[in-house]
Amino acid sequence: MASSPKTKRAASNQDRIRSLLGQYGIGIVLIIMMIVIAIMEPRFMTPGNIINVATQISINGLLCYGLCLCITTGGIDLTVGAQLALTSCIIGQTMTNMQWPAFLSILAGVGVATLFGFIDGLLIAKFNMFPFVVTLSMQLVIRGLSQVITGGRAVMLTNDWFTGIYSNKLMGIPMPIIIFVVVTIIMYLMLHWTKFGRYIFAVGGNVNAAIASGVSRFWVIVGVYTISGVLAGLASMIYTSKTGSAQSNIGVGYETDAIAAAVLGGTSFAGGIATIPGCVLGIFIIGLIYNGMNMIGVSSYYQSIVKGLIIIGAVMLDMVMNRNKH
Amino acid sequence: MAENYILECSGISKAFGGTQALKDVQLHVRPGEVHALLGENGAGKSTLMKIVIGLYQQDSGTMVFDGKPYQAKGPVDAIKSGISMIHQELNPEPHLTIAESIFLKREDTNGIFLNKRKQNERTQKILDDFGFPYPATTLIRELKLADVQMVEIIRAVSTNAKMIIMDEPTSSLDEQETQHLFRVIRDLKSKGVAIIYISHRMAEIYEICDTVSVFRDGHFIGTSALKDVSNDDLITMMVGRKVENQFPKVDCPIGDVVFKAEHLSGKGFEDISFEVHAGEILGFSGLVGSGRSETMRAIFGMDPLDSGKMYLNGQEFVRKHASDSIRQGVCMVNEDRKNFGLCLFRSIRENTSLPSLPERQKGLFINQSREKREVEDVSKTLLLKAASIEHNAYSLSGGNQQKVVIAKWILAAPKLLILDEPTRGVDVGAKAEIYSLMSKFAAEGMAIIMVSSELPEIMGMSDRVLVYHEGHISGEYFRKDILSGEVTQEVILSSAFGVA
Repeated sequence: MASSPKTKRAASNQDRIRSLLGQYGIGIVLIIMMIVIAIMEPRFMTPGNIINVATQISINGLLCYGLCLCITTGGIDLTVGAQLALTSCIIGQTMTNMQWPAFLSILAGVGVATLFGFIDGLLIAKFNMFPFVVTLSMQLVIRGLSQVITGGRAVMLTNDWFTGIYSNKLMGIPMPIIIFVVVTIIMYLMLHWTKFGRYIFAVGGNVNAAIASGVSRFWVIVGVYTISGVLAGLASMIYTSKTGSAQSNIGVGYETDAIAAAVLGGTSFAGGIATIPGCVLGIFIIGLIYNGMNMIGVSSYYQSIVKGLIIIGAVMLDMVMNRNKH
Repeated sequence: MAENYILECSGISKAFGGTQALKDVQLHVRPGEVHALLGENGAGKSTLMKIVIGLYQQDSGTMVFDGKPYQAKGPVDAIKSGISMIHQELNPEPHLTIAESIFLKREDTNGIFLNKRKQNERTQKILDDFGFPYPATTLIRELKLADVQMVEIIRAVSTNAKMIIMDEPTSSLDEQETQHLFRVIRDLKSKGVAIIYISHRMAEIYEICDTVSVFRDGHFIGTSALKDVSNDDLITMMVGRKVENQFPKVDCPIGDVVFKAEHLSGKGFEDISFEVHAGEILGFSGLVGSGRSETMRAIFGMDPLDSGKMYLNGQEFVRKHASDSIRQGVCMVNEDRKNFGLCLFRSIRENTSLPSLPERQKGLFINQSREKREVEDVSKTLLLKAASIEHNAYSLSGGNQQKVVIAKWILAAPKLLILDEPTRGVDVGAKAEIYSLMSKFAAEGMAIIMVSSELPEIMGMSDRVLVYHEGHISGEYFRKDILSGEVTQEVILSSAFGVA
């Protein structure tokens, strides 16, 4: 018992370290990954490659924010991969085969994705259906629709303005990065600084308490799925501009990476807990896994295994660090 | 020590991080006695019990159970040794039958398959012994809360426990059900089973317990036979100071009618009419399930109303959702704090400001500095004990969580504040604080409705009492008659039972 003050101090120090690690644990994982890859492949840390990574992650980044919001309300959006294909097909069909102006085509494509997001939200909020079931089924509908629109054929896109969305630069920064940064700022402000963001946390944290506090569950749920639709549409615009062709078979499995990034970033499947800065870290980790493994020459067969293991490891680390919270 | 104890704990200490939850604590329980543990929330009662059943391991100290050194690695271990605990928050699986629930984790089997018939027969016999009027195959979700509680007790008894720990066993029971529980406890006692009884209700402790041990701030204060100590002594021991007045009701002038209900009917209540005035505390008494909470939920807009009209400040009060009520100035503290009160894993600040966020808009955004200031102010008014308003609501004790729930409605500046069981699971000190806050808000002209199952609270705090019996108002009593002694507990109780 004589050593009690000392052990007490040690214990509180340990707690402080743990809470620091808990807050920034995923950031540390990111830094360690960067160091390891940089040692194995010096070309990794060049400005050119960093910009390259940032450009590549913009698509998954936008999808991840949508998923983050849905997961935070206690749901999930499995349609984002199919939404990518549908928007792409609508843009291709209207722009190339119907000669619509690029701007209008984008509006139509993103608009339809938004509408489908809204329908998902409506089914979940109005009829109390399970988000998993609704979006799993809607994903089939959306994917099927995109095949119907294009007849399963790829449509080439030759509009220079449109393909420039991916390749053009503003003050030396590629457009996708600019879009990603702007959306990130908007999402950050929305989730952490507005009433709507608070309501998302409240509905996810305890839906009964939220309703009893005057929060409309209906509009929160419809809102987050609609936003997820908008973001999937924008991601599709970047994707389609990058490949220069509209296809109905793109985006398969993209929801997995988006979910992974959200979860790595501390989004809790129990609902009510998420941060946008966390998601940014998660998005970068997923991007680095791809880029880094390509650079150090890991075969794509192994990449998927490594990715899965890293996600489990990172989430486990997070659980251990935040043990007191759960 | 010639004394014969079933459980002896000595020198138990336990720290969580930097917080010393228990310091050199002792507890001695005799076989066949009902031993009350008394102390404010956070005094260390629950921590000690969790060590006894093996959910936590102590940092130092020893335990002897039934004459042998004892140390449980987990609840299963404790049950094997003969100690069962009935938790305050019941969470049996709703889809199990009574038999499955009672034999959970120790099922009857033929090799690998469950032997349901034998299990049901065995359960039925136990149920019959208890006089429990349901077949063993009834699903848990078909039972009333009080009966679920009884199933938990039967389960504990059926493990041949030598000691049963009951944590606030009556918090969801009405008077009649409580009496039934007490009969069961007396029966167990006569069979030599020791009971550790945790409760905040002093009247119950005096009725059922033999011995009491008091804890305060993680320290053991003392053990004594209940017949030797007075209520005031116990409160002084618990709080460490004298609580002058348990019900600090301040009489204030009663103003105009704020809220008027006319012939309200809905699920569980019929033809309810009443008025509540500015500055008035209107108490609703009655048995659990008599329709009081249902009426309040319907007024607030959580449940639909079949018929009837309501008026707020003379204007017709129409609401579809809770949000409409809040906007017009009708707010409600729900009886179920965990499910309807708080987002436990969000901060005190976010919880407190949630209903009144629309008032704190600055353009598109929340004015966070104003939010912070207002939440800090209201926390100070309510004497909230928290290191920071950024901490999770989860980290607070029950009494302080309740203060956060009250704080969030105070920030919404209600004209009518409905409090449903405002002091459930709240310790004596915090209770008195909540009562004086109610007086303060009433004095500021708020109309207050308080639904409570605790008669002393109803009689100590209400300007007027309405009593429910099976969905109808069966009596109305005034403070002056309660103060003069003309209206006693018995009078109100007989109204509640519909025998007046």
